[in-house]
Amino acid sequence: MSTIDTASTPSPVLDVKGLSVTLRTPRGTVRAVNNVSFQAQAGKTLALLGESGCGKSMTAKAIAGLLDPVAEVEEGQMILDGQDLATMTARQRRKVAGPQLGIVFQDALTALNPVYKVGTQLGEAFRIHQKLSARQARSKAVELMQRVGIPEPESRVDAYPHQFSGGMRQRILIAMAVALNPSLLIADEPTTALDVTIQAQIMALLRSLREENNLAVVLITHDLAVVAEEADTVAVMYAGNVVETGTVAEVFANPRHPYTRGLLESVPVDAVRGSTLSSIPGNPPELHNVPSGCVYQSRCPLVQEVCRITRPELLPVRPASATAAPGVHHPGTVAQAAACHFSEELAHV
Amino acid sequence: MLVYLRKRIISSLLPLVVVVVGVFALARLTGNPASLYLPLNATDQMRADFTARQGLDQPLLVQMADYFGGVLRLDFGESLRTGEPAAAMALRAFPATLQLAATTMVIAIVAAVLVGCWAALKPNGIADRISSFVSMAAASIPDFWLAIVGIWIFAITLGWLPTSGVSGGEAWILPIATLMLRPFGVLVQIVRGAMVSALSEPYIKLARSKGASDARVVSHHALRNAAAPALTVAGDLTVGLVNGAVVVETIFGWPGIGKLMIDSILQRDFAVLQAAVLITAIAIFVLNILIDLGYALLDARVRPTVKA
Repeated sequence: MSTIDTASTPSPVLDVKGLSVTLRTPRGTVRAVNNVSFQAQAGKTLALLGESGCGKSMTAKAIAGLLDPVAEVEEGQMILDGQDLATMTARQRRKVAGPQLGIVFQDALTALNPVYKVGTQLGEAFRIHQKLSARQARSKAVELMQRVGIPEPESRVDAYPHQFSGGMRQRILIAMAVALNPSLLIADEPTTALDVTIQAQIMALLRSLREENNLAVVLITHDLAVVAEEADTVAVMYAGNVVETGTVAEVFANPRHPYTRGLLESVPVDAVRGSTLSSIPGNPPELHNVPSGCVYQSRCPLVQEVCRITRPELLPVRPASATAAPGVHHPGTVAQAAACHFSEELAHV
Repeated sequence: MLVYLRKRIISSLLPLVVVVVGVFALARLTGNPASLYLPLNATDQMRADFTARQGLDQPLLVQMADYFGGVLRLDFGESLRTGEPAAAMALRAFPATLQLAATTMVIAIVAAVLVGCWAALKPNGIADRISSFVSMAAASIPDFWLAIVGIWIFAITLGWLPTSGVSGGEAWILPIATLMLRPFGVLVQIVRGAMVSALSEPYIKLARSKGASDARVVSHHALRNAAAPALTVAGDLTVGLVNGAVVVETIFGWPGIGKLMIDSILQRDFAVLQAAVLITAIAIFVLNILIDLGYALLDARVRPTVKA
């Protein structure tokens, strides 16, 4: 507020820089996340988009401090509200978990503890961080249930997870994540386990919570439609790497990485019954043998000799429209960048 | 809840009858008590008189009908050895067994939960390996061997503990130590397995995402989920002990139901044997109902729902 500078380029709530996560497997140590960077701004949604195994969930777990014991942050920074999560002790991270960072899991049925009442679980964050009594925590739980639109919270607070529908359980998970008004909310495939009408309700709830609380949301998804509707910026991940990033409008209108392009082309638009849907041939490389050049070379229709030798860096691309120069962008948005040797050529394909 | 209890009690009546019939028939296979209770030079007439007095000359079905008639009037017959009512003898022996079983199981469960959780925190870690070895050994050592070795070392060689009896607290140490080893060993493995699987559930990640400490995650979130399988096995093991730790009670001269059963079999004291078996069977049915209530207490999903 004090200077024009801070107002025009707000510092991000979450700034991930060069994050790498290694995974110990029986066949050796692999890099599940490789040199990933992105930013999440207050009041905005960043989508991490990619297919299963691309490292998007692993990235989310690394930020939330919930990596399995076999996984470990190898290098990089994860700066949340000015503090680097990567250098924190376990105790410091526990202090952050809840008050600053909330996470919504994919499957609410398995994520909720089956043997405790939802009220107990909703109130737990208050008991841990604010040392409230059981009675106070229970009334906080009722408030939370009201806030996420669960009917009759006064009586439902004493029900068990299995007594709720899938959509209501997901609401409970979301309520838990925002209980202590964190600045960052990570939503890891929050609607994948739900049917379509409920999906829309859950996304609407996340949107309204984001707007009310000026939350920075990191939305992990494989669903292009969800990204198009919900996200402001997107980071497309492939085989542990961010291959393209930018505003959703720019990236979707003008994808500058062949993988993004392939994904967008595989969405059936005006598909005629009986016509073949387009898909990307082949499978992502196994993490054990990611090729030394470009990670996408084995499936890329534009692959050249250079792609097999040098891995392209994620570099800003020249905008397709001539209205702006490369690297210059609107405040608070992200310049489109792609990790492809031929991103410029792609602009004109 | 009352509906549930009534159902359970009614459904356990038939098995109880089967148990009593079985024991009634099997006991009579051990032979005629006359050959034990009469002098070696007793005449055939004396044997016939004795047999007739005990009603043992009647057809088996008639004897059984008499017996069941008595049971319904809470008359379990008298001991051949002492003339005391059989029910009184069984009821006198039972608390000794129950105390021994309860103390043993409480110690075994507490120790097993602590060790099992400790092992589960780091699967294949050093603690896990040690506890796996110890619990395997504990579960595999035969109790009669351990009892005898225990008596030899602590009672005879060192003279620290009494060899047998129930005099004073020291007399409890060897029987409990002997009896708890197997339940402890088995339960450590069960608790460890259940905790490892509970700790890998998504709800553990959710708890951690709320800033819960390791101690809270283990004791609050994982343990209650791991308790159900442990309860099942602990229940079975307790049944084994309540049934009369026959061998251990005999070795340590513990005046419990197991020793009473063995003695009455050896003495062909049918009335006492039948009363002892019946009281044990009832205790086991009660225990099973308690275990079911335990499940319901731990996990709302298995609570019997009352239909409106």
